[in-house]
Parts: sequence; C-alpha cells; structure tokens
Amino acid sequence: MSETVLETRDLTKKYNSFVAVDHLNLQVQAGEVFGLLGPNGAGKTTTILMLLGLTEPTSGSVRVLGLDPTRQPLSVKSRVGYLPDQVGFYDELTARENLTYIARLNAIPNQQLPARVEEALERVGLRDVADKRVATFSRGMRQRLGVADVLIKNPRLIIMDEPTSGLDPEASLEFLEMIRALKREGITILLSSHLLYQVQAVCDRVGLFHKGRMVLQGSVNELAERVLGGAYRIQLQAEGDPQAIQAALQRVDGFRNIRQTAENLYTMEAARDLRPEAAQAVVSAGGRLYKLDVQTQSLEEIYSAYFKEVEHGTTQSSLSRQV
Amino acid sequence: MAQPNPALAARSEATGRAAAREGSPWKGMWAVVAKEMADHLSSARMVVLEILIVLAAVGSIYVATQNISQNISQDRFLYLRLFTTAQNPLPAFVALLAFFIPLVAIALAFDSVNSEFSRRTLSRVLAQPIYRDALLMGKFLAGLFTLALVCTALWLLIFGLGILRLGVAPGGEEVGRALWFLLATIFYGGIWLALAMVFSVIFRQPATAALTSTAVWLFFTVFWNIIAGLLAQSLSPIRFGTLGELLAQANLQLALSRFSPNTLYAETMIALLNPETRSLGILLPTQMEGAILGSPLPLSQSVALIWPQLTGLIAATIVLFALAYILFQRQEIRA
Repeated sequence: MSETVLETRDLTKKYNSFVAVDHLNLQVQAGEVFGLLGPNGAGKTTTILMLLGLTEPTSGSVRVLGLDPTRQPLSVKSRVGYLPDQVGFYDELTARENLTYIARLNAIPNQQLPARVEEALERVGLRDVADKRVATFSRGMRQRLGVADVLIKNPRLIIMDEPTSGLDPEASLEFLEMIRALKREGITILLSSHLLYQVQAVCDRVGLFHKGRMVLQGSVNELAERVLGGAYRIQLQAEGDPQAIQAALQRVDGFRNIRQTAENLYTMEAARDLRPEAAQAVVSAGGRLYKLDVQTQSLEEIYSAYFKEVEHGTTQSSLSRQV
Repeated sequence: MAQPNPALAARSEATGRAAAREGSPWKGMWAVVAKEMADHLSSARMVVLEILIVLAAVGSIYVATQNISQNISQDRFLYLRLFTTAQNPLPAFVALLAFFIPLVAIALAFDSVNSEFSRRTLSRVLAQPIYRDALLMGKFLAGLFTLALVCTALWLLIFGLGILRLGVAPGGEEVGRALWFLLATIFYGGIWLALAMVFSVIFRQPATAALTSTAVWLFFTVFWNIIAGLLAQSLSPIRFGTLGELLAQANLQLALSRFSPNTLYAETMIALLNPETRSLGILLPTQMEGAILGSPLPLSQSVALIWPQLTGLIAATIVLFALAYILFQRQEIRA
C-alpha cells in the first residue's frame, strides 16, 4: 500500500579521490520518518544535497517523488522542504518578511500569500512574534521558523539536517513533538542526526552511515537484534540456586546472552518481551522472584557496539547487508 | 558490496548532459530583485552614501550655477556646463561622480554572495524552486537598478536646481546628451558592481572582498595611467625621435590606458558634455583641415564618437558578470 517517496540506487559522490558517499541504496516509504545516522563527516549532508539536486552525483541514480533531482530540480524543490543544518535567516527582516520572501520564491500567488504565511506561523506557534526581527529570536525559535519556512510550500517530503543540534533539551523535545505532528499529517520525513536517542524517539526506521556507506538499515529493534542479539534486555532479581535458575532460563526459547551480573541478578537479551516466560522459568527452578525488568536497547548501544566491531575489524558481511 | 556500474553511470551522465534543464532559469528572479532592492534602499550603508553624494552634488552644482550666472553668455549648453564647471574649492560634478559611483557600486555588491554564506541563508534559498542563475542575476539587477535609481534622482536634482537657479529651460539636445551620459554612468557603475560581485563569490569574508574591490579601483584610478606610460615607453621606444615613433608611442599609451574603465568613462564624459570635442585620440593638423574649430558636433556625431567607449563599458560589465556567474555555478553551496 505504501508508495516509495525516495529511492537511491548506487548513489556515489566523489570529491577528487575522496569518496563522500559510496554506492548508497536507500528507500523511504510514504508517511514514514527515516533517520540518517552517523558521525560527522559520514556523508549524511552530501546525500541530502544530492537528494535535492543541490549537488550532482558522480554516479548512480536518485528518484524523489518519482522525479530526478538533477534534471527536474525545480519540480523536486517545489515539493520537498529542506531544513538545513543551523538554518539561517535574514536577521534584519522580521519573521513574516523572511517567510514572505520564501513564499515569493515558491511562486505562491499574491492573493494567497498573506494567508499562507499566517498559517505557517500559526502552525509553529510563532504568530505572536511574527513582526519581530529574526535577530531577536532564540535558537529554538529560529528552528521553528525554519519549519514554518518549509511548511509554506505544503511539502510532501521534508528533509531535515541535524534539526535538533544546538537546541536545549526542552526545545529539542518540543521539536520532536513537532516532527510527530507532521508525521500524523502524512508528511514523509527524512532527518539526519548524530543524537541517537532523539532519532530513536521519532524514527520508524534508521540507516547507519559510516564513511560514506550505509552499513545498517532497519527499525531500531531490528538493528538491536542484528548488532546486540536482541532488542529487549530483561533483568531479573531472584533468590535461589544460580545454576538451576540459569539452566531453567537457558531452556526458554528466545533468550540469548544469559549472564549473572551480580549476586541474585541476571541479565539476558531477547527479540520479544519474554518477561512471563522468564518469571515462569525462575519459579520452576525453585527461585524466589523479587524484580523483573525490561528495557529496550538504545541506539546509543547499537552505535557503539557496531563501531567497536568496525574498529576490531570483525564486521561480518552479514551486518553490512540491509536488514 | 555493490560493484560500480560503469554503464549506468555513463548513461546517467550522458542523459544529464543532453537533457535541457527543466523550467526557466529566471524563475523567481523578480522576487530576488524586489527583496534585494528593498534591502539596498533601506540599508544604513546606502543611506550614508546617498546623503554624501547628494550633499556633494548640491554643493558643486550650487557653485557651478553661481559661476555660470556671473558670466552669462549665449551658451547653447548651459545645463551641460552645470556638470562640468568646477570652482575652487569644489571639483566639478562629473569629477565627483567618477569618484563616488565606483564606491557606491562596490558598497552595493561586495557582500552580496558571501554574506548569504556566512548567514547560512544560501542553502535555504537555493532549496526553493529557483536556479542559482535567478539568485545571482537578481542580485546583480537589484544593484544595477539601485544605482540607476540613485543616478536618475541625481540627474533630476541637477536639472531642478538648474531651472531654479538659472531660470532657463533645458534644450532638447542638452537633455539628450545628459541621458546618454546617464547611461554611461550606470554602466560605469555596473563594472564595479560586477567586479565586487566576482570578489564576493571568490572570498568568503566580506571585508576581504571589499578591500580587494577597492584595491582594484585604486589601481585603475591612480596607478594604471603611470603604468600605461611606462609600458608604452618600453614597448615602443623612441630611438630616432621621428614623428612616426612619437605617434606610435602616444597611440600605444592611449590604447593601454583604455583598459581602465576610468579612461573609458572620462572619454565618454568629455565627448558628451563638451559638444566641441571632435576626437578622443591624437589629431594631426592635416586631419583638421576644413573643420570649423570650436563649433559643436551634433548629438548623433558625439554618440558615434564615444560608441566604442560606451560599448566597452557595457561589454566589461557583462564579461565581469559572466565571470561571477561561472564561479558561482561551480561553487559548492554547502554552508
């Protein structure tokens, strides 16, 4: 049912001999929030610029909403909103004037223009300060103005480059909430970030970038399963014979990596939430269960586990395949 | 994992080259022009320069009108004298113009592109459905229009002051000459505008672009004539002191000095505002045979005389703009 909004095939960008993006294959479906993840310099911004037709790919192909950004840049750019990293505004102009300029560049007819500007300001909650100069705005307000700037053209796809970098925690949360609201309206969002927990909070799927290559792709849970062995980490506290408890846990289908981390404390990983099975196993082994806890793995752990593997040169080829 | 696919790459490159770009490169240009002009006209920088120019202009015109009304003669070109009459301590209006116009043009353009980089607005603007062409052309036209607006206002001011102080209406030919001179002035400014724009594309620091533009202007204002003289002496030396040698050297020096927009502008100024001017080069007495000295040329002949200079000014503006255009098109826009 879902249509592909964005697709790249073997997309490559070279700057002289430096390969910024290396045979990237990426697909984003309509209505999803996709996170591009990776350290600085991994090729995220270059990829985004190629998606918008602002930089020409060295080889490979890109389709955005079924259009080729290198050959039909105007059609692509009138349908795709782009919020650059640390978006800048004309400080000496007011918020309304800044948006009006962008609306004019989008050839929005004059009679619709004031209403569209007003609506965009309303949606990001900046209506009260619409006639203040942007120079007086805080970082969070600028970022929201950036979203208004993107919304003014009623985009089907929004691409955001490091949208939350430099925001204070409260502004970040607000911003993530705004992303969720946009998703509810059916807008597809591609965002890049190196802040993992935020990506995790809003993204349906993520792609992990490393030196120009997309090394992992999938939902956060899928990635956790690939890299760490399980998306759920179950911790339990139980009194009783450790050997018997461990043996009982071992018999449960789906547990991996069972360890005793302290006296009476056990940790294991699973692909599903297997807390009832864990409780049953402890009881059947004659143990007394005091505490049972589950936590989903954070992207942070996936990230560091993956890059540790890369450093040790133990990356299996299976990891670099798409999940 | 995936091997590069040379066939696919070659194909996409070939089609990319063959296929024309979609849509007009000028889409959105007028929005840029309107925004940039509004910026120019309201910026503190321009207000200061405009006040300076108007004060200088009013001063020199006032002095000129006084001078002219004291020696009332049957001059057919009273209004042109307004432009060219100098009286201590004030220079003639045209001399002020030759000095101020480059300054205004440089002030309009030296930060036009690099400030978009430093304010991080460039990628946001270029993510809108416009081409880079529209942005650069819009910025250039906005600068040129602002310059034209300033000059036209000055011209009207001069004619207004002239009517008030002299009490004579300007004649048709005077107005015609003044309009041609206005055109030349705008494109003389256009050269410096395009030059400052080139530097604003090359240098990321607005201050560097401003200094470099001013340095080029100083070079042509102060040093180029000296260098042209020295070059002419060494390239076409006078060994025997014959007339041919003297002429060759003088002609070479003149040709070299015409590489400077200042020379082109000065010559245009002389021919248009002094209708008696018959030639801008060296005339031998034999060439003057039959000429009635001191009689003015008709406007069409004066225009014919400065046609190369005028087209040179316009061509230099276009060439410099093209250079800025090429540099800008090749630039990585990642901010």
